[in-house]
Amino acid sequence: MSATQHAEHKHDHSHGHDDHDHGPPRGFMRWVTTTNHKDIGTLYLVFALVMLFVGGAMALVIRAELFEPGLQFVHPDFFNQMTTIHALIMLFGMIMPAFAGFANWMIPMMIGAPDMALPRLNNWSFWLLPFAAVMLLSTLLMPGGGPASGWTMYPPLVLQTGDAFPFLIFSVHLLGISSIMASINIIVTIMNMRAPGMTLMKMPLFAWTWLITAYLLIGAMPVLAGGVTMLLTDQFFGTSFFQAAGGGDPVLFQHIFWFFGHPEVYIIILPAFGIVSQIIPTFSRKPLFGYDSMVYATAAIGFLSYIVWAHHMFTVGMPLAGEMFFMLSTMLIAIPTGVKIFNWTATMWKGSISFETPMLFAVGFLFMFSIGGFSGLMMALVPVDFQYHDTYFIVAHFHYVLVPGALFAAIGGAYYWLPKWTGHMYDETLGRVHFWLSTIFVNLLFFPQHFLGLAGMPRRIPDYATQFADWNMWSSIGAFGFGFSQLLFVWVVIKCVRGGARATSQVWDEAKGLEWTVPSPAPYHTFQQAPDVK
Amino acid sequence: MSSPLSTRARVLAAICGLLALPAANAAWQLNLPPGVTEISRRAYDLHMLVLWVCVVVGGAVFAVMIYALVTFRKSKGARAATWDHSTTAEIIWTALPVLVLVFLAVPAARDLVFIEDTRGSEMTIKITGFQWKWNYEYVDQGVNFYSSLAQTSNVARQRNSGIDPNSVEHYLLEVDRPLVIPAGVKIRYLLTSNDVNHAWWMQPFGIKRDAIPGYINEGWFKVDEPGTYRGQCAELCGKDHGFMPIVVEVLPKEKFEAWLAEQKAGTQVATAPAVTSVVATSGT
Repeated sequence: MSATQHAEHKHDHSHGHDDHDHGPPRGFMRWVTTTNHKDIGTLYLVFALVMLFVGGAMALVIRAELFEPGLQFVHPDFFNQMTTIHALIMLFGMIMPAFAGFANWMIPMMIGAPDMALPRLNNWSFWLLPFAAVMLLSTLLMPGGGPASGWTMYPPLVLQTGDAFPFLIFSVHLLGISSIMASINIIVTIMNMRAPGMTLMKMPLFAWTWLITAYLLIGAMPVLAGGVTMLLTDQFFGTSFFQAAGGGDPVLFQHIFWFFGHPEVYIIILPAFGIVSQIIPTFSRKPLFGYDSMVYATAAIGFLSYIVWAHHMFTVGMPLAGEMFFMLSTMLIAIPTGVKIFNWTATMWKGSISFETPMLFAVGFLFMFSIGGFSGLMMALVPVDFQYHDTYFIVAHFHYVLVPGALFAAIGGAYYWLPKWTGHMYDETLGRVHFWLSTIFVNLLFFPQHFLGLAGMPRRIPDYATQFADWNMWSSIGAFGFGFSQLLFVWVVIKCVRGGARATSQVWDEAKGLEWTVPSPAPYHTFQQAPDVK
Repeated sequence: MSSPLSTRARVLAAICGLLALPAANAAWQLNLPPGVTEISRRAYDLHMLVLWVCVVVGGAVFAVMIYALVTFRKSKGARAATWDHSTTAEIIWTALPVLVLVFLAVPAARDLVFIEDTRGSEMTIKITGFQWKWNYEYVDQGVNFYSSLAQTSNVARQRNSGIDPNSVEHYLLEVDRPLVIPAGVKIRYLLTSNDVNHAWWMQPFGIKRDAIPGYINEGWFKVDEPGTYRGQCAELCGKDHGFMPIVVEVLPKEKFEAWLAEQKAGTQVATAPAVTSVVATSGT
């Protein structure tokens, strides 16, 4: 099959049994009305890339203000708006849509399905996102400014938000609806549309991690929606779910939020695990070590994610038994996570490794995600978490798992599949330069934040005591370096879309999986006839 | 705001500082300080224990990874093996972490029980968070006052104030009236808030606990060494969250008694606070 567009010769088509290969309509409406999984995947990915720079610009406002002590650029309230919206945009607007884009593009091709199971729902899932994001960003222009209570939206503080408040709640609802629909689509697709012979335990790990992620989303997102709706009624309809003066309980919101929020952490990292599990075997030229245990470890992490939420709240004053339970259950997460790290290492062991850009990002992920994992173990221990909680040590921890963790996996995945998407090889030299610049600057950006937190700098402050000045300056230099390095990524992608060496269908010599059996670029419709899976 | 020259000077100093890392001074502080209470010292010991466990485990894992990356390279002619599992290895690296976790959980659980035990306290102080100041009430003593950011810091921290924060002593970590406590006395604190959530964090004491409206949290500390100790609000509480420091002055017991008598005698006794009058004016 070819991706040739038959716009001029539609009438010539013999509408044979597998010949629905019209190609897409042209122009803007193609993207608005598309129900094609590849188009929607592309939309998700492009949207995520745009949001990376929107959220990144906010991060640079934060780091510019923190470059040295004293307030130079912004007022404290605007600073808080930046930290809040930076987080919401990066989580809901950037990293989750990026992985949804990978899911759309790759899962049907990996399991030998012609498209997602629910193509129109798929279109709607995506098109809710830009509106939700624009609504969220528009709050910055409203009287009273945008939400400034942190992405955690704790009451009573969040109830002090100005006109932005209902828009914040509604955009969270829209983002949640979008994620839930995308998840339903992924579950239905994987459960029903696998090619004959593609048993669950033969699926590529990326499909597995997304299957579990989708279940986590369906479990967690409605809880968040309920929580923020209760905020809404507290604000406008006289309820007192979270208002102590009316007999409500501010801590209840924190429980609800983190019952969503901890699964959310794994919603973000599991697809990253999946991508890394595709890349490392390819460039080690050796099958993934311990496939079965990888699947079980993913499921175990998914299960544990629902019983550890209160470790985000050790300082609220829980009973001793509660603190003990959440400390021990949290420590258990180290076991399946360790299994994954060991399995990836064992995959490389006695392999035949080469270091193309996707592999560089995957190896970078392996090292730096581990650093975030270790600091995560440290903060599971309640007595010392009292010292880490709400400091820059926490900021360093979650940025290590999110940036050189999840984001590196996403970027590695983009390099890995770009030739399949575009039909061209990307510029390998620029890719490697992008990797090294990103790695050096991301460590300069986040590693000193461990020191700041341990030395006693709280998070979410626009100004700080002078003894924190030196590491903050380094961190800010790293932030600008990392931010501008990502422009190089945009250039590599644009260059790759426009041209470059032709990619073969195999692309990488030892890549395994159905997506490498179709031509590059992948035709508009693939696997209209189910492939044979042995 | 400091001049461009001083910025450049600090970048230079930063570079020099990085080269001289082992001689870290306060400004280049790398680690958690041990603090001055039994709680903070236990937290520090636990921190060092888990940190070293992470360094050893991480060092071993990273060493294996680096060895693999260096040795099994295609460019060096490495031929890939074809095996894809080893039940023995998988059992070992599932079981070993369990042992390490138990090794960490035991002292952590012990310390947690110690921290949460408020029995035997000799004195109670009620701490109330406000946007953006603290109120301290010496329960049953009739002493009650507010503690907010010192004026010197408050002036310097305004946007483009023209004052170099480096020229302000204890910039952002100084208050108008510190909490005064006796040395060597187990003090129970009660913690609540008048408006939004705050958190009372005294790193030198190893204590961080949220102040939540409608809740009264409790905890304790006992400081043996007289001195002045500083902390900050650690829960986002609005625009001036970064500007409500905590300063605790620990006096020898006799001096504290004298201070308390002085407070009781006169000028500083406040009645119930009028909420409307306590909103800090920050000019931002």
